[in-house]
Parts: sequence; C-alpha cells; structure tokens
Amino acid sequence: MTLTKAELANLLFLEVGLNKLEAKNMVESFYEEILATLRSGESVKFSGFGNFQLRVKSQRPGRNPKTGAEVPVLARRVVTFHASQKLKAVVEKTYRGKQNA
Amino acid sequence: MTKSEFVLKLADQHSQLEVKDIKSVVKVMLNAMAQSLSQGQRVEIRGFGSFDLNYRSARTARNPKSGEKVQIAGKYALHFKAGKKMREQVNYK
Repeated sequence: MTLTKAELANLLFLEVGLNKLEAKNMVESFYEEILATLRSGESVKFSGFGNFQLRVKSQRPGRNPKTGAEVPVLARRVVTFHASQKLKAVVEKTYRGKQNA
Repeated sequence: MTKSEFVLKLADQHSQLEVKDIKSVVKVMLNAMAQSLSQGQRVEIRGFGSFDLNYRSARTARNPKSGEKVQIAGKYALHFKAGKKMREQVNYK
C-alpha cells in the first residue's frame, strides 16, 4: 500500500482531531509550503526526517538518444532530498539483508 | 528553514488552529511518511514527489586503508523523485 494525501488527511483527522476539510487542506498546505520555500531558494530541514535542498545546475551538452542529435541541457534548478541518519537507520533496521520490500 | 520555523509559517496560514496543533500536524505527517518507508511502502504525493526504496545488493568491498575484503549486506536506500509540478516550479521561468 502506498501512502498518499488521502491517508495522511485521515491520520490528521484521527490523531490531531482536525475535521475532514481542515485535514485535507492541511495536507495540501504542508507540501505547498515546502514547495514555496524551495522556490524561494531556501532549503527545508526536518530534523529526524531529512533535508530538501535546491541544486543549481549549469548548462551541459546532451544528446537526443533516439536521433543522436546534440541538444544542450539547459541550466536549471532541481530539488534533492537527503534522508537523515535517523530515517536511514529506521529503514535499515527493518530491512537489513532482506531482498523484498 | 527548520522544522520549528516551518510550523510557524504553516500556523500563519491556518490562524483558526493553535500552534500546538500545527506542531502535531507536522509531527504526524513526518512520522507517517517515515513509518510507511520503514515498512517498505512508498510515499506518493501528487504534484510534490515520491519517496521510494531502492535495493542495493550485497557486495564485497575493500577497506581502503588496510586493503582487506569486507562483506557488505544488501540494504535499502531511500530515494526521492520530485513530481512534475515541483520540477516545473523550482526551475527558472
């Protein structure tokens, strides 16, 4: 089962006691705020979870893999996420050496 | 921006709620995502991105200092992929 916005909203309803509409808006707002902060160029750090950072990439030469034609990959900004040691440890503990997630 | 600054920013936009409630919101959201991943389940947030686990197979590595072989067990690595909306919005216009 994949965790989605709907499940998160339900958790806010059950565990924080928000009403269904508030919960739904809050989930939207949560991700919207992270996005807005990143858009402004600032990184978002959640201790115990991980950091969202913005990386500035300069232009580089690329190729259309189908035609082989040379096309520049334009300068752009991308978001990277780095999980905290704590989150990595939790995942590792559950899945150490196992092959099937 | 840290977690506590983030809580305050979110609280500004939901003035009908108390800051302590927003604190719980952020805690519950992050815990739910962490728990889901620790159980091997992916997290998929439309417009934002998805968090996945990628398997790294067991391998034999070397201790670069002593040169001796070390057996490393397979593990899961966390991976985040930004959603389409995020990729478009953070990029230059």
